[in-house]
Amino acid sequence: MIVQLIDFLKARPKAVKTAATIALPVLLVWSVTGVDTSHAHTWAERYIPGFWALFTLLACLVLVFFARWFGKSGIMTREDYYDD
Amino acid sequence: MTTSFLHPALLLIVGAVLLPLVREPFRKLYLCSVPIATFVAVLALNWQPGVYGEVVFMDRWTLTFARVDNLSSIFGFIMGLMAIIGTIYGLHVKDNWQHLASWFYVAGSLGVIYAGDYLVLFLFWEMMAFASTFLVWFNKEEGALAAGYRYLLVHTFGGVLLLLGFVLRYQATGDISFALLNEQDTHLFTWLIMAGLMLNAAVPPLHSWLPDAYSKATVTGAVFMCAFTTKTAVYTLARAFAGFDILIVLGVIMAIYGIVYALMENDIRRLLGWEIVSQVGYMVAGVGIGTALAINGTCAHAFAHILYKGLLFMAAGAVIHSTGVCRFTELGGLYKKMPNTMAFMIIGGISVSAFPLFSGFVSKAMIVAASFEAHLLWAGFLLSMVSVGTFLVAGLRLPYLVFFGESRCSEETMSRASDPPWNMHLAMLVAAFFCFLVGTYMPFLYDMLPYRDTTFHPYTSYHLSETLQILVVTAIAFVFLKDRLAARPTISLDLDWFYRYGGRLFLWLAERPLQWLDTAWGAAYRVVGLYGLMVTARFWAWFDWHGIDGLVDGSALCVRAIGRRLALVLQRGHIQQTIYYAVTFAAIILIAYVCL
Repeated sequence: MIVQLIDFLKARPKAVKTAATIALPVLLVWSVTGVDTSHAHTWAERYIPGFWALFTLLACLVLVFFARWFGKSGIMTREDYYDD
Repeated sequence: MTTSFLHPALLLIVGAVLLPLVREPFRKLYLCSVPIATFVAVLALNWQPGVYGEVVFMDRWTLTFARVDNLSSIFGFIMGLMAIIGTIYGLHVKDNWQHLASWFYVAGSLGVIYAGDYLVLFLFWEMMAFASTFLVWFNKEEGALAAGYRYLLVHTFGGVLLLLGFVLRYQATGDISFALLNEQDTHLFTWLIMAGLMLNAAVPPLHSWLPDAYSKATVTGAVFMCAFTTKTAVYTLARAFAGFDILIVLGVIMAIYGIVYALMENDIRRLLGWEIVSQVGYMVAGVGIGTALAINGTCAHAFAHILYKGLLFMAAGAVIHSTGVCRFTELGGLYKKMPNTMAFMIIGGISVSAFPLFSGFVSKAMIVAASFEAHLLWAGFLLSMVSVGTFLVAGLRLPYLVFFGESRCSEETMSRASDPPWNMHLAMLVAAFFCFLVGTYMPFLYDMLPYRDTTFHPYTSYHLSETLQILVVTAIAFVFLKDRLAARPTISLDLDWFYRYGGRLFLWLAERPLQWLDTAWGAAYRVVGLYGLMVTARFWAWFDWHGIDGLVDGSALCVRAIGRRLALVLQRGHIQQTIYYAVTFAAIILIAYVCL
């Protein structure tokens, strides 16, 4: 059953992409119009629409690019490094 | 205070000792019933909070084997539950020694959790360290032996720090009770105890042992290890160091550090190990914040973490069990072969990523909310950033590299891959069920938390919208960034470099300069020492022969000659002369005696 579901989705990559591109704006519209932000902790959360979406985008970029840069700076090394 | 109680750890220890005597067909039944009985004993103990098992040791110290309160109950509960899940997962393992080590390990953990003083705590602390080392050593894989030794050495070092700390504290205060330390009045012992406990919680820079050992343990051993050591340490930190500000900083560093390394990792269990470092970072930060909500969050997150991390390690173990491969560069595209394992791994992944309806959603948010409420905005935002990273790593990268994407498997791996035996399925099912239960029926977890009057509502529209934004954007970002997170045949250097090379330096010192010194000393001894010794010995032999012996022989000859001379004078054979000499001599003696 699980395999069939995955195969079904894999066969329709376009539909999956469309679903995702629809989901995000819907979510953002809901978060701006339908969510009470008066209990948010910071000013930014309260007044910037879609704050957490922006925050996440930034966080992804920071983490992934930092990890790549950090890894390439010499931290990531050959697997037999300790075998000498 | 009552003394009649049954310590759950005792049940496990006795159960472990008797295990080799139990034969099939009762063995599996026995394997299941001992942890279940232990769990029942935990429930019975938690039912009536109080202090049990106080023993006066050497007329001086009062040992407390069971202090049952709100904080120890929740940790005892989850440890007992995980012991059942872990044992079911390992039910197919024929080697009794592995079960024995696991049970002793869990017994150590339960012992620490209920311990009321440092002596009992230390006893069980070391039991944990030694028993878990065997879970690494029992793995026949190359490198496991060395990893086990590194693990043991590091933990022995941590144990010594803890020992030094509480002995110094006893000397200063005369107190061995294991209780909250004062942040305003810190001493050397405060920091030593903290360092000893932090080593087990894998707080940087004392963390490298964790991914190192957990990736080399046996498949079932890793499932036990991922649950007990770090979370027991979190409990001890929450008990002794709640509200210590330094832990907030260390916890946040730890959360970021772990996730960055997890993003680079190529080994499936090392990735999960780094994820533990990251998630325990939340808990350590929660302990540091120290408010009621933060401590509740720490306990809730530890509880949820044991379940979903256990589930992830079980799913990873199932992959390694069936394929024998642990590197992402040799895995991929396995979803058709192991659909159930994939489903469980995804449930674990979305639980840790705080999907609504799953355990992480109701636990992690408490710590983040507590940091915002304590006006630690930097901590709140950085921990939220780590939430993003967590979903990237455990929710997306891990299942993607194992089950989806292109297959990097060899034909042999592909043909061997299959869903694991029924017992592994059952254990994963139980863990997945609890992940879901915790996320949907809040009273189950929240009623166990230490501060019962502090309320938290995770399912608010704001929290839902925040979490969904994080999850959806991360998922979309992953599609674009996945090539940068692809599997690479590398290892990542970490602080264990220092002790690995430190060990090599020591070996080099021993092999080269010290060995040279030893050889040179041996040669010098042979040339100078031995020759000198022989010359001296010859001289003394000569002296003995000619000097000592000559003197002794000469005096003997002299005495004999004098005797002969005297005999010629005194003993001529005339009896009257002899009597005359004798009487004269006696008279002289007598007169001398009387006069003097």
